[in-house]
Order: sequence, then structure tokens, then C-alpha cells
Amino acid sequence: MNSNYMNLKIKAISSNEAFARSVVGAFCTQLNPTLDEISDIKTAVSEAVTNCIVHAYVYKDGIIEIEATIEDNRIHIEIKDTGIGIQDIEQARRPFFTTKPDEERSGMGFTVMESFMDMLEVLPNEPCGTIVKMSKNFDVNSSGANQT
Amino acid sequence: MNIQHKFNGGTLQINLIGELDESHAEFVRDNLDEIFRSRAIDEVIIDLSKLSFMDSTGIGVLIGRYKILNNRGIGLKIARPSRPVDKVLSLTGIYKIMPKIIQ
Repeated sequence: MNSNYMNLKIKAISSNEAFARSVVGAFCTQLNPTLDEISDIKTAVSEAVTNCIVHAYVYKDGIIEIEATIEDNRIHIEIKDTGIGIQDIEQARRPFFTTKPDEERSGMGFTVMESFMDMLEVLPNEPCGTIVKMSKNFDVNSSGANQT
Repeated sequence: MNIQHKFNGGTLQINLIGELDESHAEFVRDNLDEIFRSRAIDEVIIDLSKLSFMDSTGIGVLIGRYKILNNRGIGLKIARPSRPVDKVLSLTGIYKIMPKIIQ
């Protein structure tokens, strides 16, 4: 059985976004993903990290923890913050919903994560903050893809 | 992140080069708005063929620019988006307000 684990803690600043998505993207290359699958993972990670910076810590100091687990042909990613948390998770997940319309936020972050991954779960963290859990299955049988 | 622009008559052609996420949103926003103000324009075309990454923060930036231009009666089109960027743009339905063109 193919199994692996990584854990990354970063300061919640936007210049770390490219670093965070690149690390997770590189971690999942052992699953022989297609370029599209790597892009999906990187975009979803970027959305979750942006949420931590903009909404959870509101541009103030904080730590974002990114864990990823590989089991067989599946990657599971958890992105955690200890920021202000989400009052109404169901509402936050709706397309185009944003608490910051004045800042030109699209309100599509969770929609992108949900569309680009196979599973998305958003939970309160203890004692505060938010945990985003998402998974993606890699199709090992697709022709021309997932093969070295 | 790099921004190139040129005027072709009343058409302003913009090239966004690099990765557009939260860390570059303000830079892109401020630069585009300054270019928009610099001359009378009829139409803006933003070429995204060299934009290798964009997340929903970039969508917010594009919609913001669309609103500013639309208030001035100026159309905005998206040209040649790279494959990952096209996927994000398609998902959000943004081509309904800023059509995709293949040049």
C-alpha cells in the first residue's frame, strides 16, 4: 500500500501562498498526476490558504498548518488556522457569498475547492479557527496520464 | 508578476505574466487602474496566455476591473487564457460578462 505524510506550518502572509501550493503540488507528484490534477490541487490549496490570511487572521499574524496524507491513489489535505472562525459555514460555502464585497473578493473560494477536489469538508477548529479537509482521487487507469 | 501593455488605436492590450493570487492582487489592481486612466480607450483585451496560475482572488480582481470599465462604457475581453486559468474562469461563469476571444 502506497502511504505517505507531510506537515507544513507557515506564517499567514500572502507571499507564502505560492510556496504552500508548490509544496503540496510537489508532494502529490508521487501519485503520477496529470498536469490538470496538479493544477487542481494547487488551486484548491491556494484558496484555503487565502481564506486563512484574509478571513481567519484578517491580515494579522497567525500560523497556517497544512497536512497531507497519501493513501493508495488518494491525497487527503487538511488546512488549519486558529483565527476568528466562520460564523455560518453553510452560508460561507455558497457561490459568490463574501463577507468582504468592498475588497473585490469573488466569494468563489469554497466553490473552487469543491469543484477541483472530490471531497470538501469545512469544520470549526478547537478552540478557535477553521479546518478545511479535502481529498482527491487520482485515476490510475486514465490513458496517457498518471504514468511515469 | 509582470504586466505589459500596448495601445492599438482605441484598444488597450494587456498581458499578465506570472501567477495571480493574493500576494499580487494589489499590484495588478493598482497598475491596471493606472493604465486605464492614462488614455481614452474603447476596449480592453487582457491576454492570459502567460498567466500560469490564478485563483478566485484573481477572479475578484478581474470583476473589479470589469466594473470600473463598464462604468465608463468600455468593454473588456479575455484572450487566450492558459489551461489552468481557463478552468477557474469557466467555473465562475465570468465569460458571460467578459467574453473569451482567440486571437
